Amino acid sequence: MLLSAAVAIAERRSGKPGDHYYAGRSRAVVERSYIAFKSSTWFVILSGFVEPVLYLLSFGYGVGQFIGNIDSGTGKMVSYAAFIAPGLLATSAMNGAIYDSTWNVFFKMHESRLYHGMLATSLGPLDVALGEMAWALLRGLVYAMGFMIVVAPLGLIPSWWGILAIPAAVLIAFGFAAFGMAVTSYFTTFQQMGLINIALLPIFLFSGAFYPLTVFPGWTQALIKALPLWHAIELIRGLTLGAIDMRLFGHVLYFLVMIAGGLFFTTRRLNALFMR
Amino acid sequence: MSAVEKKRPVPRFGALYVLEARMKSMLKFLWVISAIAILNPVLYLVSIGLGVGTLITNNIGPNGIDGVSYLVFIAPALLATSAIQGAMDEVIFPTLDGFKWARIFYGINSTPQTGSTIAAGVFLTAMVRTTLSVLAYSGILYLFGAMDSPHSYLAIPIAIFAGASFGAVMLAFASHVNNEDMFFTIVGRFLIGPMFLFSGTFYPLNTLPIGLQFFGWISPLWHATELGRFATYGHHISTTMVIVHVIFLLTMLVLGLIIAFRQYTKRLAK
Amino acid sequence: MSENLIEVRGLTKKYGDFLAVDGIDFIVQKSESFGLLGPNGAGKSTTMRIIAATSQRTSGEVSVLGKDPEIQGPQIRAHLGVVPQQDNLDTQLTVTENLYIYGRYFGLSKKFINSKISDLLEFAQLEEKRDTKVEALSGGMKRRLTIARSLVSEPDILILDEPTTGLDPQARHILWDRLFRLKEDGITLLLTTHYMDEAEQLCDRLIVMDKGRIMAEGNPAALIKKYSTKEVLEVRFGSNRNAVMAPAMRELCERIEVLPDRILLYTENAETVLENIVAAGHHPNTSLVRRTSLEDVFLRLTGRSLIE
Repeated sequence: MLLSAAVAIAERRSGKPGDHYYAGRSRAVVERSYIAFKSSTWFVILSGFVEPVLYLLSFGYGVGQFIGNIDSGTGKMVSYAAFIAPGLLATSAMNGAIYDSTWNVFFKMHESRLYHGMLATSLGPLDVALGEMAWALLRGLVYAMGFMIVVAPLGLIPSWWGILAIPAAVLIAFGFAAFGMAVTSYFTTFQQMGLINIALLPIFLFSGAFYPLTVFPGWTQALIKALPLWHAIELIRGLTLGAIDMRLFGHVLYFLVMIAGGLFFTTRRLNALFMR
Repeated sequence: MSAVEKKRPVPRFGALYVLEARMKSMLKFLWVISAIAILNPVLYLVSIGLGVGTLITNNIGPNGIDGVSYLVFIAPALLATSAIQGAMDEVIFPTLDGFKWARIFYGINSTPQTGSTIAAGVFLTAMVRTTLSVLAYSGILYLFGAMDSPHSYLAIPIAIFAGASFGAVMLAFASHVNNEDMFFTIVGRFLIGPMFLFSGTFYPLNTLPIGLQFFGWISPLWHATELGRFATYGHHISTTMVIVHVIFLLTMLVLGLIIAFRQYTKRLAK
Repeated sequence: MSENLIEVRGLTKKYGDFLAVDGIDFIVQKSESFGLLGPNGAGKSTTMRIIAATSQRTSGEVSVLGKDPEIQGPQIRAHLGVVPQQDNLDTQLTVTENLYIYGRYFGLSKKFINSKISDLLEFAQLEEKRDTKVEALSGGMKRRLTIARSLVSEPDILILDEPTTGLDPQARHILWDRLFRLKEDGITLLLTTHYMDEAEQLCDRLIVMDKGRIMAEGNPAALIKKYSTKEVLEVRFGSNRNAVMAPAMRELCERIEVLPDRILLYTENAETVLENIVAAGHHPNTSLVRRTSLEDVFLRLTGRSLIE
């Protein structure tokens, strides 16, 4: 019997480790997102970039005129806009990645049943997970570059180290995306998903995007320092303001652990996530 | 009069039956709604009011903006924002669900209910939710000492009024929607976001460049906030401007409802 | 020479305490068209999903093309075309884009897929809708596109879960024609349905399932012969008199079934029975002589009460 092309392609991976989960073709899943982007989702995706810019204008300059220059936490005085810009970049990396890996995955799973279609082909669940995550990171990369193109000419990135804020934003997005997908694999109802939104608000408001943690009492500071967004903001702020020290490695490490943990649980729960 | 008409009169206050049905489905989400209604104000007041407020105090002293503390300054704006947000959610989702997702309006419409009574029922439900969350919010503001002036209670009807105006406009807008992805993007990123950030919410509108002040003038949030500040701490405002603010909000309310009632009727008949 | 493409032995599937599939066995041979019949909740779709390697079984053995779907999911699915009960087309994409990306999921080259697209569009009679977003298609069009999509990888086995549910008669007949052509091309079809005419049209062999078990197995004609008579006479005496007339009817045929609105008389020659009824002085309000169908077998095996 003459093998069909699809069969021959699937057989090539046969016998390799993980072949019942992974067909080595997450690219096809990314390609799907790209086609959808070209024909229908471009406006929704590209406009996501305006959000941090508006916050920067309103808070950085509007509120900033009453605040003046502040201590960035490293002893250097910087404008309020330069202080919050990295915070907003980190926050938007978090928001985008969380949305893509939670609500978006939940919707494609339960409402549009898109994943049912994908998994009826020779793709494995890991192809789908990696493909969706890769697209989220690509999107995060574009947002981060767009934000930098706006804020650098405004003089808000005083250090050349600031360029590294772009890959840092992608790392942060990866951490949140892996975590978000793992969480989503345990949720089955809209009400449970609503918890994610409720949890995000305090994380956004208290992780030090808008002011140094020193405005809070000591015990609150310790609590906030456990949250991922605080590490994200400190990492990007250190880079854009050129305050390079060993602590930055600590923040990177935090995200590497988060990525590893997120991927571990996501992979473990793949069947629950995509093959319900 | 035929026997049929005697037995089944067309309800005179049809909207109340729609209200009853909507209330039942809203109660299922009670804990989410209450969590948002209580958590939101507390988190924003502490984070922005106290947190950012500390930075402002460090720079220009404790009563630097409009002669009051930063928390007192932003409180009426946050109150109006929460009213607007609550009213908006409660008209948008039922409208999309009714026309598009579950198409329940077509079911209701096969009873003696009309497009207008359904629209009115949805709107009234949103007002119930707005009123309750404004009351809860005001209670919290009071505890934070942001409602200390003798006329502070006036901020409550003002906020509800703002919710009604914006809710009416969103009811009209949502009843036209076919592509909800696009709609949510436009509303979230180009309507609510900028409105929240550029309506003099976090600093006096007149400290913005004149080109950006225009945003505030067409924003119901700014009009409501000006009135609210007048009520809670005696922010200076001329009688003419009070009238302008009220007329602006009233116009939005009336126009929104007229367009919404018409479009509900038209879309159900399609 | 026949070749077993699908072998199922002692298959069970539990959802919590609920036993959806309760120890079933069957075999599907190459180029055969095999049907799973049964009321809602009989376990048909679950069985299909286990075969299509998108659901894990609780116990038993399943082999598809000699492979175990639990271990070699992607490799098995490379041979399959799946048409699910509920369309899951990509609503953000156009008709052509749907066909294209589905082929990409199989890892097929752009060149290969593009060379197939016009044939598939013709097959689905969607040439004029090629650049239309899927959201704007009618139910019948979506169904045809789903079937065309399942063919993009040139599958050996086509799995169809209630392919024509919800379609109008024209659309159903077009679909049957298309499926019949695939059958002629030697593709193995595995389908579920609760339309008996569909099963009689399309299936070489079928199993009737109820409550997770197999109630009967065979080809449509043999099943009718085994579980019913050649013809049926339906007579109506009015809702309140049917029960009263039943004893008199029972003497005139092999088996009767008394329903609230009518009496069914199963017999080899319905015309003669009708003559006998009239000759005996009974005058039914209406009468109908017809061939026994698979539906009669189905109702006999799975009962008439509603199953939700």
